[in-house]
Amino acid sequence: MIVFAIAAVSSRRMLRSVVYLLFVLVGIAGIFFLIDYNFLAAIQLTVYAGGIIVLIIFSVLLVHHIELKLEMAKPLRQIITAIACLIGMGTFLTTIYSHQFNVIENNVTTTTAQIGSKLLSYSEGGFILPFEVISVVLLAVMIGAIIIAKGKKLTNKSNN
Amino acid sequence: MIEGITIYEILTLTTILFFIGVYGFLTRRNLISILISVEMILNASVVNFVIINKYLYPDELQGVLFSIFIIAVAAAETALAVAIIINLYRQISSVEVKDTEVMKY
Amino acid sequence: MNIGYIILIPLIPLVVFLVLGIFNQKIKPSVSGYVGVFGLLVSAALSLYAAYQYFFVFGKTDGFYQTFSEKTVWMNFTEILHIDMGILVDPISVMMLVVVSVVSLMVHIYSRGYMKGDDGYTKFFAFLSLFTFSMYGLVLATNLFQIYIFWELVGVSSYLLIGYYYTKTTAIAAAKKAFIVTRFADFGFLIGILIIGYYTGTFDFETLNNPEGSAILNWAVTSFMGLSVITWALILIFIGGAGKSAMFPFHIWLPDAMEGPTPVSALIHAATMVVAGIFLVARLFPMFYFVENGFALNIVAYVGAFSALFAAIIAITQNDIKRVLAFSTMSQLGYMMLALGVSGYEGHDGVGYMASMFHLFTHAMFKALLFLGAGSVIHAVHSNFLKDMGGLRKYMPITNITFLIAALAISGVPPFAGFWSKDEILVAAYDQNKLIYYIGVFVAGLTAFYMFRIYFGIFWGKEKYYEHKPKESPLSMTFPLMVLAFLSITAGFIPFSEFISADKAGFEAHLNYPLAAIATLVGVMGIMLAWVFYKKESSLSDRYANALGPFYKWASDKFYFDEIYMFITKKILFKRVSEPIAKFDRNYVDGTMVGIGNKTVLTSEKIKGLQSGKVQDYAFAFIAGAVIIGLVFIYLLTS
Repeated sequence: MIVFAIAAVSSRRMLRSVVYLLFVLVGIAGIFFLIDYNFLAAIQLTVYAGGIIVLIIFSVLLVHHIELKLEMAKPLRQIITAIACLIGMGTFLTTIYSHQFNVIENNVTTTTAQIGSKLLSYSEGGFILPFEVISVVLLAVMIGAIIIAKGKKLTNKSNN
Repeated sequence: MIEGITIYEILTLTTILFFIGVYGFLTRRNLISILISVEMILNASVVNFVIINKYLYPDELQGVLFSIFIIAVAAAETALAVAIIINLYRQISSVEVKDTEVMKY
Repeated sequence: MNIGYIILIPLIPLVVFLVLGIFNQKIKPSVSGYVGVFGLLVSAALSLYAAYQYFFVFGKTDGFYQTFSEKTVWMNFTEILHIDMGILVDPISVMMLVVVSVVSLMVHIYSRGYMKGDDGYTKFFAFLSLFTFSMYGLVLATNLFQIYIFWELVGVSSYLLIGYYYTKTTAIAAAKKAFIVTRFADFGFLIGILIIGYYTGTFDFETLNNPEGSAILNWAVTSFMGLSVITWALILIFIGGAGKSAMFPFHIWLPDAMEGPTPVSALIHAATMVVAGIFLVARLFPMFYFVENGFALNIVAYVGAFSALFAAIIAITQNDIKRVLAFSTMSQLGYMMLALGVSGYEGHDGVGYMASMFHLFTHAMFKALLFLGAGSVIHAVHSNFLKDMGGLRKYMPITNITFLIAALAISGVPPFAGFWSKDEILVAAYDQNKLIYYIGVFVAGLTAFYMFRIYFGIFWGKEKYYEHKPKESPLSMTFPLMVLAFLSITAGFIPFSEFISADKAGFEAHLNYPLAAIATLVGVMGIMLAWVFYKKESSLSDRYANALGPFYKWASDKFYFDEIYMFITKKILFKRVSEPIAKFDRNYVDGTMVGIGNKTVLTSEKIKGLQSGKVQDYAFAFIAGAVIIGLVFIYLLTS
């Protein structure tokens, strides 16, 4: 997965970068499967791997010459960024490794029914409110995306 | 819980993925590539949530549910980003970052 | 004695100045003339009343005239060191009040006629009132700082009045010169004041002048380079006085100051401002006398005598009548200085002090008269120069007679005023210092000579061609002439020594007949010599002038002191001292400031790049910052 991730960010061809991302996402879905979070894995595959990748591919096709080689940033910039990332990574890993996690061994499988009932429960610990808010957000995003993507023609027509 | 893999290893994995995403975000010239890097960051954080949930609190479900929301928001954000990129492309006919430096000194 | 009303005397001219100054454009000229004259009339009446009260009604207490003062603390530095403002009533200050009032009043009346039709008529009266206010403040000062403040004010008024014809470049230059030269001398004055303040702890005149007070008793406490510090201070203060009184070597401004209108010359440069230096030495006379056995007083005497001689020699050669009168003033001031210099303190020994003040009094009268008369002549003939005048006695009888009276007075002919005062000076000099006495007698002769040279030159001799027939001046101008002439005749009979003396006790003065006879003889000889040379037009004077050759030229060019000073300032001071300093200032000091500005600009150009407009750069900064803060938190704050 890491290999594909690195390839995704350093590839010089746009479409290949997208495909590598797809592989990364599938890999992550695999991790979810291993954890027995089947519902989540399914969502990952449907929404991410299916929807977002398709969206990105469409946009690539709209704005891009397939044959065009992408430029990379200047080497100096790459090195500095790489160093910063390595330092950050070092910080993170040191913190993680120095912490004692109380791992509870178990084999609990979470079913979809459990997730669903939790999502829509009114009682304490229920996620009904975020659920509703997310719906509104998605609505707003849809409308916004349409308006932004329509561009000038929309405004001209409304002025006449 | 995955057999034979400790939590440390998976957290290492997500960290590496996260920072690869950051590296890509800061390095790439093309707006869509930047978008791809953002996706990678978000995914890494989703995995983080889920893993913590499974390993440390297997009876609770907050991690999973929150991850669902994260995925939903990421999708929405990507849609909007693509819309903006398309609009920008109409204005300046380019999706390079270096052509969007209008707000410099 | 109640002295509260005396504060009105300076305040009235101040109010007149403010009123005339603020409403300059709106007042009609004739109104401002009346306002100025009326204000001063009130002040003069109050001064005369104060003099009457002080000398006659209140009189002596235990044989001494008392000093009255009212003061308030103006600036408080410490318990001991503070600057007060107030009024000091004392024989010489009352006398000066009378002198300033009378002369100023006469000049105001005269100016109504002389300046008629001039554009800045109101301004002129405003400045005259400002000057009168400053002079009153100066004579009523209770301490060194107050006198210094009014000293500078008088200098400012003089500057304004000399430069009154501000469109003439010579007038502007003369005003600047007067102010700068006196300012330069005042620098010495200020240092002297500070030294006295530091070493005696007080600026107040009453405390300083007390012969049993600590200031005088402890003069020997600190010394510097062989002389007491207090002596140095007194010498420096004398330098300030010498500047204002046009003593050598600060005399260069007085001849040039004649560029101002003639009433100004009469008031300021004959009767009042120039005597400020004399007044200052007289004010501090006990200190001058007692400190280091009168060392500073010796310097005063020699400077005075030298100035008197120097000025008289130059006066003989000048052709502009106002310049002659200017040098004559300098010479008479030299007399006053030398009289102070040779004076004693107790009783009759203090005859020099008394004579100096007496001569100040009489000199004010006849010198003002001379100047006003010269102004009358200049007004009629429209020229300052002797060669354009002659035979005016037919046309201007009043001016003729009054000028003659004044000329006789200054020459020391009895019974006119000058005889009495000059005689007392010579008596004082005879007892103390024979050299100074001989110089005094010689100068008396020279005085008579040059005075009658211009008298005969103006009023006798061949008539010149006059464009308009000269006529006598209007009453506003001749009235003051007549009043001053009357005073020139009668002032000599005042028994001055009863009123003014060094120890404030008064003494009886007697006429020293042999010395008086010698002085009169010398004066009459001078008049005779002038008669021979100048009564009829002849080339006799020119032949003698040529015979004296280069010496004559030196004298007529005022011994080149102006040129020497110009050389010193331009070639040495400006080039060697000021220019390098200016260069340093421009290149290093300004350069540093400009350099700091430039560096700021350069730095900002370098860090402009931070605002690159690239989102990725901002994100990079964000992430780097987050990482650093994380590091800080984890390692530094929790370890």
